[in-house]
Amino acid sequence: MSTPNIPMEKIIEKKPYFKYLRLNKMPTIWCPGCGIGQAFRATCMALDELGIPNDKVAMVSGIGCSSRTPGYFDGFTLHTTHGRAPTFATGLKLARPELTTIVFTGDGDALAIGGNHFIHAARRNIDLTVVLINNWIYGMTGGQVSPTTPTGSYATTTPYGNYEPQFDIAKLAIAAGATYVARGTAYHAMELKKLIMDGIKHKGFSLIEVLSPCTIVYGRKNRMSIEEMYFWFKENTIPVKAWEKLPEEKRAGKIPRGVLYHDDSRPEYTELYWNKVKELSGGEK
Amino acid sequence: MAKLELKYGNHACAEAAIIAGCRFYAGYPITPSSEIAEKMAELLPKYGGVFIQMEDEIAAMGATVGGSFAGLKSMTATSGPGFSLKQENLGYAFMVEAPCVVVNVQRGGPSTGLPTQPGQQEIMQSLWGTHGDKLIPVFYPGNVQEIMEETIRAFNWAERLRTPVVLLLDEVLGHMRETVDMEQFASDKVEIWDRKMPDVPPEEYLPYKPGEDDVPAIAPYGTPGYRGHATGLHHDYTGFPTTDPETCQELIDRLIRKVKNRQPELEKNEEYKLDDAEIAIVTFGTTARAAKTAVDLAREKGIKVGLLRVITIWPSPEETLNKLAKSVKAILVPELNMGQYVLEVERCAKGEAPVYRLNRANGKIIYPHEILAKIEEIAKGGK
Repeated sequence: MSTPNIPMEKIIEKKPYFKYLRLNKMPTIWCPGCGIGQAFRATCMALDELGIPNDKVAMVSGIGCSSRTPGYFDGFTLHTTHGRAPTFATGLKLARPELTTIVFTGDGDALAIGGNHFIHAARRNIDLTVVLINNWIYGMTGGQVSPTTPTGSYATTTPYGNYEPQFDIAKLAIAAGATYVARGTAYHAMELKKLIMDGIKHKGFSLIEVLSPCTIVYGRKNRMSIEEMYFWFKENTIPVKAWEKLPEEKRAGKIPRGVLYHDDSRPEYTELYWNKVKELSGGEK
Repeated sequence: MAKLELKYGNHACAEAAIIAGCRFYAGYPITPSSEIAEKMAELLPKYGGVFIQMEDEIAAMGATVGGSFAGLKSMTATSGPGFSLKQENLGYAFMVEAPCVVVNVQRGGPSTGLPTQPGQQEIMQSLWGTHGDKLIPVFYPGNVQEIMEETIRAFNWAERLRTPVVLLLDEVLGHMRETVDMEQFASDKVEIWDRKMPDVPPEEYLPYKPGEDDVPAIAPYGTPGYRGHATGLHHDYTGFPTTDPETCQELIDRLIRKVKNRQPELEKNEEYKLDDAEIAIVTFGTTARAAKTAVDLAREKGIKVGLLRVITIWPSPEETLNKLAKSVKAILVPELNMGQYVLEVERCAKGEAPVYRLNRANGKIIYPHEILAKIEEIAKGGK
C-alpha cells in the first residue's frame, strides 16, 4: 500500500497528533480490530496535548505486537530484546533526563521474561511512562498462554483451559514502587488518552495498563468476535470511584479502571542521581 | 619522566575507561570483576557520568546500550556466568551498532565454576557466544599497564567502528598489583577517538546508511532533528525492519566486513625471541607471562623457543599465524581451558606445522616449568 496522496500539512491540520507518525512506514503490522492502535493513538494525542515536540521523545520497546509501536513513532526509538525494554530505557533516561521516555510493551514481554526489569524500574521510581498493552495472550508468536491469560481461557499452550492464576499488573506495580498506576481500555479511547497524559506528566515511574483485545488470536481461541471483545471491556470495567463504592459481592468479575494509585511524594531517580552528580563534580555534567 | 604508580588490575581498567572518555557504566556484581564496578561507582559521579547497578546482568548490558545510544561512551564489566547472560544484548548491540565496551574478567567455568580463581574459558564465547553471525573485536592484555592501554584502545575502536568491543582479562590480571607508568596516559599523550556524527542535514539523515568505511554515522538520541529507529531485527538504512533477502545479506556482510577489513590495523601482538625460534608458543593473558619465563628457561637449555603473545585475539591474526607456522617446526598453545584458541591457531597454521596443546581448567595457573616440560617433550619429537 502506498502513502495516501494527501499533503502532510493538511493531515496534521485536522489531526495534529499525526505529526508523531512515520506515515511512510504505514500500514502497521497489526491485525484488524487490534487495540494497540488505540493505545498508540492515545499516546500520540497525549503528547500533542502536552505540547511535547518529537525531538523530546524517546520510545523504547521489547518484543511482541505492541513492541512494534516505536517503528511507527517519529521520535528517538529503540526496538530492543524481549522483556528488556525497561533496561535500555533506564540507560537512555539516565543519560538524557530531558527526554520524555515511553516504554511500549505487552503482558508477556513486561511480566514474564521482563518481570524482573519491570519491578526494578518501578522500584527506582525512574521517570518512565510504561504503556502496557494487556491482551491476555502472546499474539505475535501465535496465541500461547501469558501471565495475564484469565484462568480457564484457551490458548495454544492451554488446550484444556488455563490452570494458572492471572497477574494483577496494577497491584504488582504499586507493590514494586510505581508512583502512578492507571488502567484503561482500548474501548474507552478518550479516557485512555487522559490517563496516558497524566502518566507522562507525572514525575516518576508511571504504568498505564491498557486492556486491549487480541481479536484474531485470543478472540478466535475463546470464541469471541471483535465486537464481543470490545463490548466485554465496556460491560466489565467500571470507573474506579464507582468500583470502590460497590459491595464486595458485586465486585466479582468486574475490573476497576482509571487512576488506581498516584503518589507525588517520592523522589524521582534521575533527578536524585544528577543532583548527587552536581554535588560531587561541582557543576555541570 | 616516568610517573610510576602501583595499581590494582581492576581499578586500572576503571581509571583507563575514564581517561578514554567513558561516562556511563551499568553493572551487576560478580567476582572477580566487581572492583571495576566499585571503582566506577566512585569515579563516575565526580566526572559527571552515570553509574548504575542494575538488577541483573542482562539489564546491565541493556542499560549500557541505552547509555550508548544517548551518546555517552558506555561500559559494563562482568565475569563468566554474567558474560553468558549478557550475550543476548551483546548481540543486540552488534546488530544496532551501539558502541560499548564489555569487560569479562574470566574465572573458572562452566556454570558458577571457580569464582575466585582464574580461567581463560570464554575465548570461544567471545566470538560465538550470541546467536547469529557476527564479529566483535576482542582484546586481551597481559599486565596492568596494558590493561590501561587496552581499555583505552577498546573504547577507541568501539566508537570508531560503532561496535561492541570485548576486553578479556582473567582473575589473575584483575586482582594483581603492578607498577604503571601514568605519564603515558597524560591527556596530551593519549589518542582518543570519538564516534562519527552525521554530516548531512536532518531531512537527508538515514541512521543506518554506512559511509565508505562501512560505518554509519548515528547522532546521539536527543539530537534535535536527527531522529532514528533502531531494531535488533534485520533493517534497512532507515533502521526499519525488513525481510528483503538482499538487504538482510548486505547488512550482515557489512557488519562483519567493517571489523574484518580493519584487521591489519586492529592486529596487535608481542613477539619474544621468535627470530630464530624452532618452536613457537602462542598464547595470551596470564598464561603468556608463564610462557615468557618458559622461553627463557628453554633457551638456557639450548632449545630455540619463542613466544607470540596475541593481544588482539579477535579478529585472528591469520596471516601472522600462518607465517609463523611456516617458520617453525612446532607450535604450542597453552591455555587455561580445554583447548579453544588452539582451534584458531590450527585453522590459521593450515597444516604448516604441528600444533600442540597444554590445557588446564581447574582454577590453577599454568606454571613456567610445566610449559618447559612440554617444550622439552616436543623438542624430543614426542607429544
